[in-house]
Amino acid sequence: MATVNTRKLARAMLTPSVVILFIWMIVPLVLTLWYSFQTYNLLNPATNGFAGLTNYKYFLTDPAFFQAFANTLILTLSVLAITVVGGILLALLLDQFIYGQGIVRILVISPFFIMPTVAALVWKNMLMDPNYGIFAWIATRFGIAPIAWLQDYPLFSIILIVAWQWLPFATLILLTALQSLDEEQKEAAGMDGAGFLSLFAFITLPHLARAITVVILIETIFLLSVFAEILVTTSGGPGYASTNIAYLIYHQALLDYDVGGASAGGVVAVILANIVAFFLVRIVGKNLDA
Amino acid sequence: MLAVGQLQAAETLTIATVNNGDMVRMQKLTDDFKAKNPDIDLQWVTLEENVLRQKVTTDIATKGGQYDVLTIGTYEVPIWAKNGWLNPLDNLGADYKVDDLLPAIRGGLSADGKLYASPFYGESSYVMYRKDLMEKAGLTMPDAPTWDFIRQAADKMTDRANGINGVCLRGKAGWGENMAFLTAMSNSFGARWFDEKWQPQFDQPEWKNTLQFYVDLMKADGPSGASSNGFNENLTLFQQGKCGMWIDATVAGSFVTDPKASTVSDKVGFALAPDTGLGKRGNWLWAWSLAVPAGSKKVDAAEKFIAWATGPGYLDLVASKDGWANVPPGTRTSLYNNPAYTSAAPFAAMTLASINAADPTHPTVKPVPYTGVQFVAIPEFQGLGDTVGQLFSAALAGQSSVDDALKQAQDVTTRTMTKAGYIK
Repeated sequence: MATVNTRKLARAMLTPSVVILFIWMIVPLVLTLWYSFQTYNLLNPATNGFAGLTNYKYFLTDPAFFQAFANTLILTLSVLAITVVGGILLALLLDQFIYGQGIVRILVISPFFIMPTVAALVWKNMLMDPNYGIFAWIATRFGIAPIAWLQDYPLFSIILIVAWQWLPFATLILLTALQSLDEEQKEAAGMDGAGFLSLFAFITLPHLARAITVVILIETIFLLSVFAEILVTTSGGPGYASTNIAYLIYHQALLDYDVGGASAGGVVAVILANIVAFFLVRIVGKNLDA
Repeated sequence: MLAVGQLQAAETLTIATVNNGDMVRMQKLTDDFKAKNPDIDLQWVTLEENVLRQKVTTDIATKGGQYDVLTIGTYEVPIWAKNGWLNPLDNLGADYKVDDLLPAIRGGLSADGKLYASPFYGESSYVMYRKDLMEKAGLTMPDAPTWDFIRQAADKMTDRANGINGVCLRGKAGWGENMAFLTAMSNSFGARWFDEKWQPQFDQPEWKNTLQFYVDLMKADGPSGASSNGFNENLTLFQQGKCGMWIDATVAGSFVTDPKASTVSDKVGFALAPDTGLGKRGNWLWAWSLAVPAGSKKVDAAEKFIAWATGPGYLDLVASKDGWANVPPGTRTSLYNNPAYTSAAPFAAMTLASINAADPTHPTVKPVPYTGVQFVAIPEFQGLGDTVGQLFSAALAGQSSVDDALKQAQDVTTRTMTKAGYIK
């Protein structure tokens, strides 16, 4: 058991790291907050000065803002739904014995190792392109007019691409959880006459609850700020059809060079993410306490 | 003596440039520069266009001082010169021959009569068309077509069953993508971005005519998924024989006539960008140029390098190593008077005529408070051009009507100009 002295010593030794970590987090946050109240356009130094709430007013009333907010939620929820449901199904499949199991598992997991930019480029140019893409080629083989995916269904296309990238992660976590399920429990249920569906609903799914929570929490953090896939495929368009909050802020920072406006957007995004996180932890996070 | 020699040899220029073929070739030829200037070392930072623009802009705006020579375009030069961010290029030497620069290009890179950047290569836009398909359609392309003729020709050339689209135009959103094309096109329809009091003009009939014509033309005769097509996508479509006409950068002339890359290399003709008889044609003007940031401590060395890379001697150097067809085009009158070049480049005459047809100081039919042909040379234009580009891209994709797109463009432009203080 630690004595008072060892505890003191531990605190003293930890202090520098904690201080550095704190500064590392607080400085950018404070600077962002400071800039969000400034008129600060890199290309227009003549107009710089205190802006009050102007940046916030313009960001929150931007015609793109509400659509970007809605798109962020749609994108996050859709990818979560696809990866969790798909992940459970794939995990169940991969849990069965098949020949070449190792290779199949590696293949299923491999999209996760591909950089988002590369994945988006492959989807855009090799699969979804209405002139040269594989989907268009298949469609014309069946005498159907090719679909211009990124033009006609931009948000759906991005959901597909992002879900493809995150499905392996969900599968991997859920498969690991599935493998920790006690075989004897399943056997006992089987002897009691439980069919596949009841086995799944009453034993497998409750057992997976914690893993599903982990998948949802981790994925949400990343999905709220999906960016590379949008930049590479649609640049947020056509119109604002595939603009999310992260892309909107990028637009202000690196196309408008409006540091003040982008900072205000950043602060709004942090607040919105925290609201989402709050509800998420309330709704699904309680599984972690059990 | 030794110490002085070492000091001199220590001068290193850091040059930020774009990864286009002509610039990459320049880097390979720097032995020639070093032989002539043993006291100057060169360090290259070569980046993709968007990344270059973001890095260079951030560096100069925050006075970072990372680069001694910057590669910038005709958009940046007037804005940065006005902000006092660039050194005027006063000492390029007699060999540089400043009067030999094409007047339109020189005008685009000057402010108050002083040259602030030296053009490395320049371009306008023109019509590239398939001579065989024109003949099949029973038409003859005039040297200076009208938009009505383009529509008529596109309608006749379109052959969806055989994968041929009458016309391929940019649809991908971006101030340097669809808005470069549409802004230049709108000039020929008598439209303008702003009136003299910086009031946006998207609610005027000229813009409605421009956008409606463009959307109708592309729906009837354009390729599928056109709202995703930029320069590169259209280049591939044209090279693979899927476009009857393509209106885009003059620099594409060498790519579509290159037998190694183009399946239609021997069938391509060139014509001026179309007009509607109002006195302006729908062609743009661009030049990738070299400039020296203000406050640089290596101005002399930087000017020596710029004089070497953009002087007439450099064209001879490239011609001697790689042939005349590969010299950087569009900057000097003497190049277009050189028979060795004009015979090697079938697009040369039309390139020159197109560049000369653009006037960045008077880009529109009605008066405007800005310079720039396919852009508005104000800091806000990059973001604004991109947003409006998205709205017009949505109209092309059929996700909004032409009227809606124009109304939204008017609203968003008014907002931005009010926030930036142009509109009180």
